[in-house]
Amino acid sequence: MKPVYAISENIISSLGFTASENADGLLSGTSGISIHQDTALYFNPVALSLVDTFQTEQRFEAILDNYKTEHKSGSYTRLEKMLILSIAGALQDISVRAGNPRLILILSTTKGNINLLEDRFTAKFDHKRIYLWALASVIRDFFGFANTPLIISNACISGVMALIKASRLLRSGKYDYAVVAGGDIATEFVISGFQSFQALSSEPCKPFDLNRKGLSLGEGCGTIVLSANPPDTGSTSILLAGGAVSNDANHISGPSRTGEELSMAINTAIRESGFVNRDVDYISAHGTATPFNDEMEAKAISLSRMNEVPVNSFKGYWGHTLGASGIMESAALIRSMKMNCLFRSAGYETPGVTETINVIQETTYKPVNTCLKTASGFGGCNAALVFQKT
Amino acid sequence: MDNQITAYTYIGEGKVVVNKRLIFYQEKIATFAEFIRALYKQEQVSYPKFYKMDSLSKLGFISAELLLRNENPGRFKPGSLAVVLANSSSSLDTDLAHQDSIRNRSAYFPSPSVFVYTLANIVIGEICIRNGFKGENAFLVSEKFNPAQLQEYVSDLLDNGYAEACICGWVEILGNNFKAVMALVEKEGSGAVIKKEFAPLPFTEATLNDLMNVN
Amino acid sequence: MDELIDKLKKEIIAQLNLEDISEGDINPDAPLFGEGLGLDSIDALELIVLLEKNYGIKIEDPKDGKKIFYSIRTMAEFITEHQKKA
Repeated sequence: MKPVYAISENIISSLGFTASENADGLLSGTSGISIHQDTALYFNPVALSLVDTFQTEQRFEAILDNYKTEHKSGSYTRLEKMLILSIAGALQDISVRAGNPRLILILSTTKGNINLLEDRFTAKFDHKRIYLWALASVIRDFFGFANTPLIISNACISGVMALIKASRLLRSGKYDYAVVAGGDIATEFVISGFQSFQALSSEPCKPFDLNRKGLSLGEGCGTIVLSANPPDTGSTSILLAGGAVSNDANHISGPSRTGEELSMAINTAIRESGFVNRDVDYISAHGTATPFNDEMEAKAISLSRMNEVPVNSFKGYWGHTLGASGIMESAALIRSMKMNCLFRSAGYETPGVTETINVIQETTYKPVNTCLKTASGFGGCNAALVFQKT
Repeated sequence: MDNQITAYTYIGEGKVVVNKRLIFYQEKIATFAEFIRALYKQEQVSYPKFYKMDSLSKLGFISAELLLRNENPGRFKPGSLAVVLANSSSSLDTDLAHQDSIRNRSAYFPSPSVFVYTLANIVIGEICIRNGFKGENAFLVSEKFNPAQLQEYVSDLLDNGYAEACICGWVEILGNNFKAVMALVEKEGSGAVIKKEFAPLPFTEATLNDLMNVN
Repeated sequence: MDELIDKLKKEIIAQLNLEDISEGDINPDAPLFGEGLGLDSIDALELIVLLEKNYGIKIEDPKDGKKIFYSIRTMAEFITEHQKKA
């Protein structure tokens, strides 16, 4: 199968504005989730992982000079600034021209600029910016991307799906490059919604832990640039080797009770990659820390006979970043491969799922060559993606 | 072997067309809710969870019900029927309802049954639950109907073995303005149900465009 | 109690979008979940919203919901008890 390479990545989160800053943050083991009291977001304090707004503004002003745009900083929404910074960060050290006609932008987001529905923003931005295609247009115009962006809005699997679709587009020769970017912001809209589901934990979330009480929302952006050509440097290559998407066909908000549909996606992705399940040396799970998700995921991992494979969730560090999660977490998985480092699953202390799985408790250095990223979302969707290092 | 559209539905301008037959028509639409309820009852659809759905899901769900009614989707291997839908406004129709429920801090009652529908892909979830479809699925957003994008996405699934057949289309609603066009796409020779009134069409950008403008 | 039960029937039909069901169809002693009306996990959360919105009663632990929402009668009894305390 024609190889597809991941040649650059960026992460913007509570832990930093570059993939390196984030890797350092993950290494230090500190969670970016803290209790925030902001009445614009919610009346009570909430455990959230937020991106530093001041830094976002500063950094955005700094790159405005590099890009030929007539627009001032004030004409971009906060999410747009974050996405632009993320994409710029990923494009920075590679020789891919944004305007390349063989390049496609793929955008992954669940709610985009949804905060513009709030009364305080009505005067500031055109209502049209709420539409995801308008958001994509702003990003496209900033960089001068040649082609109509592909926008994937498929709940929390959007990011992994975007990477899978990008790899399929490159594999079939339709494009040579894909800039896959995902982003979502913390908003009153989303916080209130998850509260109505009683799904938020009052403290930083604890994926797979016995005492987990729900998820912690996060915001952030992730960008991964894919290429049909191997990277310039000629050293290690990271390949996207196989991917699959499935549906539980069970309930619109609760996951499958058996995990067999996620397991199906995992097996299909691994089969496509040419590997077998026991070749996988690390799983970056979805691990939202809700009682049901983690239980279902553990069942899926067990059904796929990967109980021994080291597994973690990055949500203990970044919270659940929704449309950004699949890309941010895949970027961290790529860093794990480059650094041969398995990051401990933040928030995990006591085994809390019925299947025995191997949750990473201490950050460890060991060879990491063949990895699996999984994701699940509202609507019963699941996605699995295999990464390979050569 | 080529991919072909073996069945389609069109809902728009008060008309409901299934495989070239006009099966329902309301000249003046008061509200979408009344329109879809009348269609649901006329077609004798029976699904208790229907009334819990938001407008987007009701629209997509009914389109799929009518599309698959005589198509025997059970002939496809489990997990091999994909669902790929797209629209322009994502879940904005329901987003507005959720925002209303939190606009006023003194009457702050966000509803989980509204919030869950603030994700456009839930309509795909409803179709999958109804039919037991466990395969590939995707929800895409574009400013206008993008037949090239949809045709590529679906063809890629069928041509590379990710799916044997696909339900694809455009499901858009905002307030009382709505339009849904859905097609069943499968490979030639896959045992499509033969219909007198509708012969399979080649699955191309052009035919998708034609279906969007059925009148 | 009967008045409250009738009121609750109307409110539940509205809050849970049970359009094809009429008040006459609902047996106040029948289980709301499982058989009976076949309500699901989202409906359970909606009932918590209903109690807060219409009766000002906040349920702190959703696990208490199982007992309180067993049937319309148990809901009515819970409401009556809480309104007495207020």
